[in-house]
Amino acid sequence: MVETHKIINNFSVKIATANGTGSQSANNIFFKTLVRMGIPTSAKNLFPSNIQGLPTWFIVRASSKGYQTMRRESEILVLVNRGSLVQDLKEIKKGTVVLYDQGLLQVPEDVEGAIYYGIPFSKLARENYDKPRLRTILTNVTYVGALAAIFNLDKQTLTDVIKDTFSKKPKVVDANLKAIDLGYDFVKENLDKKDVYHYEHDTQTKDHVILEGNQATALGAIMGGCTVAAWYPITPASSMSETIEKYASRIRVDDKTGKRKLAIVQAEDEISAIGMAIGAGWAGARAMTGTSGPGISLMGEFIGLAYYTEIPVVIVNVQRVGPSTGLPTRTQQADIQLCAFASHGDTRHICLYPGTIEEAYELTAKSFDIAERFQTPVFVLTDLELGMNLWTSKPLKYIDTPFDRGKVLTAKDLDQMKDWGRYADKDGDGICYRTLPGTPHPLAAYFTRGTGHDEKANYTENNEDYRRILMRVKKKIDLSPSYLPKPIIEDEKGAKIGFISVGTTHYAVVEARDELKEKHNIKTKYLRVLSYPFHEESIRSFIESCDKVYVVEQNRDAQLAGMLKLDFEALALRLKTCAYSDGLPMRPGIIIDRVLGKPWEIN
Amino acid sequence: MSDTPTPTPNTNRAGLTRKDYGGHPSTLCSGCGHNSITNGIIAACYDLGLHPHQVVKLSGIGCSSKTPTYFMNRSHGFNTVHGRMPSIATGVELANHTLTNLGVSGDGDSASIGIGQFVHAIRRNTKLVYIIENNGTYGLTKGQFSATADHEALDHYKNVNKYQALDLCETAIICGASFVARSFSGDRKQMGELIKAAIAHGGCAIIDIISPCVTFNDHPESTKSYAYMKEHDFPLQELGFVPSFEEIQVDYNPGEARNVKLHDGSHLILKKLKEDYDPTSRLNALKTIDAAKQENHVLTGLVYYNQDIPSHAKLLSLPDKPLKDFTEKELRPTKEEFEAILKDLK
Repeated sequence: MVETHKIINNFSVKIATANGTGSQSANNIFFKTLVRMGIPTSAKNLFPSNIQGLPTWFIVRASSKGYQTMRRESEILVLVNRGSLVQDLKEIKKGTVVLYDQGLLQVPEDVEGAIYYGIPFSKLARENYDKPRLRTILTNVTYVGALAAIFNLDKQTLTDVIKDTFSKKPKVVDANLKAIDLGYDFVKENLDKKDVYHYEHDTQTKDHVILEGNQATALGAIMGGCTVAAWYPITPASSMSETIEKYASRIRVDDKTGKRKLAIVQAEDEISAIGMAIGAGWAGARAMTGTSGPGISLMGEFIGLAYYTEIPVVIVNVQRVGPSTGLPTRTQQADIQLCAFASHGDTRHICLYPGTIEEAYELTAKSFDIAERFQTPVFVLTDLELGMNLWTSKPLKYIDTPFDRGKVLTAKDLDQMKDWGRYADKDGDGICYRTLPGTPHPLAAYFTRGTGHDEKANYTENNEDYRRILMRVKKKIDLSPSYLPKPIIEDEKGAKIGFISVGTTHYAVVEARDELKEKHNIKTKYLRVLSYPFHEESIRSFIESCDKVYVVEQNRDAQLAGMLKLDFEALALRLKTCAYSDGLPMRPGIIIDRVLGKPWEIN
Repeated sequence: MSDTPTPTPNTNRAGLTRKDYGGHPSTLCSGCGHNSITNGIIAACYDLGLHPHQVVKLSGIGCSSKTPTYFMNRSHGFNTVHGRMPSIATGVELANHTLTNLGVSGDGDSASIGIGQFVHAIRRNTKLVYIIENNGTYGLTKGQFSATADHEALDHYKNVNKYQALDLCETAIICGASFVARSFSGDRKQMGELIKAAIAHGGCAIIDIISPCVTFNDHPESTKSYAYMKEHDFPLQELGFVPSFEEIQVDYNPGEARNVKLHDGSHLILKKLKEDYDPTSRLNALKTIDAAKQENHVLTGLVYYNQDIPSHAKLLSLPDKPLKDFTEKELRPTKEEFEAILKDLK
């Protein structure tokens, strides 16, 4: 073994496979093994909008500092897909370590300084399994075995992960362990280690859980007391609703009667899905729908109805790349303004912006309180990056705070009243009292309409009535921030440059700030918004404390920056846009170049 | 309010007067068929002794959809968006399936913009009395053809309808409906019995009611006018609704009537008119409607009925207690269950 120095737990492995070949299972085993070894690791799945045969890449980044951004260049390439070979070969440069399927792929080992390990993955699988499907699937597991041998994955941990993953299928466990050995033994018997990359045990992620953002959101919905969920299949949101159903089957079913304390309906389209959620919210259930950008476009009219008639409903938008069908399996934050101002007429909606697994869980749970407190649609904006990738996270905390069901009058309350108005601002906070259908009291009923209405919910076309009601609705939303999650601020003494970001852009900002400080001696401070309407005071004082604030976000048109400029008009000149999106997660380099005054948008 | 007071001559079994089922004055045109349907709904709910608070009035957009303000002020109402009433009804059902959903729609609202929701509410058998006030025209936007306007019919401005008519009863049957009826706003008796039967049904009950628009579609050439309907209305049966709380008085000979048992224990007696009609056969229903059309007859009455289609609440295994009433404790996993979920994520 020739080794000059070692690089430990700080490198990326990019695996090029075809979708529909079972590679995801192999890749997840690899990722989980690293996490169980305690190494901070991120996993990004770049997949096509297709079921079988198109290229898929899985990028596993170990980072002892815990950086989660998807790196665009990987030190190690695993090539097992003929379909993407031409493209993949272009990524090989000096120092790149290449594991490839020898026999299947023609890899000219011609890049100077690159290290090639040719391993006959397909052949090993072919010789050891008779069923074609098994051969395909286990080819992928053999490369995990090879990775383990070359880069020092802990074999016992790997074995444990496989046993846990297929705990109910002992035969599958055996087949997988055998495939691991095939790859592992081939490397040990035939190859010398020529590279410098090693995995070593760490302790940072030992107690972590591993889950997709959509799972965290689903669990949040369950803990938030969601009882009605209506949805229409759309990437990248479907797995969220499917996971809600899965968790409901686990914990919302009465063992004796089989009755389910959650109604989940796959609707005929997104319009119907939001209609069901609004109908249920109106009738008193904690209701939600989950979708992505195209679904929000379709829901527009109904969202305006819920806003104007003041009905609680939670809408989760797992953002993907637009406009139009766009890139359905890539990530973006270009629905920020669409959601904040959804529907025709003057509207403004409460939005929550989780950036982490824990936030996706906690804010989704909280969104039901917010929706019922303010009697209005609440958006939870995640994105494909958070929603459909596996993340490691500290274990989620059990939520035991009571539900806030908002201002609902019961028959008993009505007994004490002579009269009431559904849209009367009795408390002066813009939030009115509502009754639920089925309330047994002659005064309970009122008529809900999307047409002009007065305090008593009667129809009106009167200009004063119209304006008074709409201004009161505005007041209600304007006053909501005190109830909403505050921005997270990371101060740095002496810093005059600030960043504002949102959602998963966070990870690139974290990395960019470190690099700016370490390499360029530029100190920065950082604010990440978690909700809209903005917390006026904390954001104002943050901007005021900086000479320049870069608003970093993953879209073309600086949507968040636009909303900030609108709300902080007097400080608008201090706000600099740093909006960039190509469908892949934000890169720290973009942000660094922007701050350094280098050309950044063309990168 | 669940205890039953003794009815007096002026009150029903809920102890309420007919006035308690009233609404605001109608703002529709004088003579509009929809006003007769409004009265039919009030009469049906009064006769059944429904508690108004247990009824929810739902509608979309259009003249028909304005009508829920004209009846039952003591019921919650929701005038939603165009063509989307069924999804709201489904949501209400999911939150609280103990309520009676009374949906009022029109031919524009249901047969065009809302045809998708019409179809899928039927597929799911959502608990909904789904009344379509069908006049073949867009009244509120001043007289355009709707999708139920007959092929080559003339509108108010003498334009000819180029397109084929969509028959909502046929569509409903094809989509797997459990209860399909047609009526005429001018036939108060038949309409009243059908509305009561639809309420008793407990699933998605489609009632397509021809309801002439006196302003835009009551002209001599119209096939949705009072005059046309009076001449071409062919009732399939004479209907007699017997509520669950009354005993059936047998006053017909066997072979002369069919007895349809409804979900809540009520009965709809279908007394034979000219020919016996079997409302439990989809094919027979479609054939009979089609044959009638060849003769320019508008068939009315109970067109199709299937008592074997389970309710939506049953399909979803909903608990008896409405979902809206569940508490934190009932909805959240225990700490142990939560820890077990986390353990599986490791």
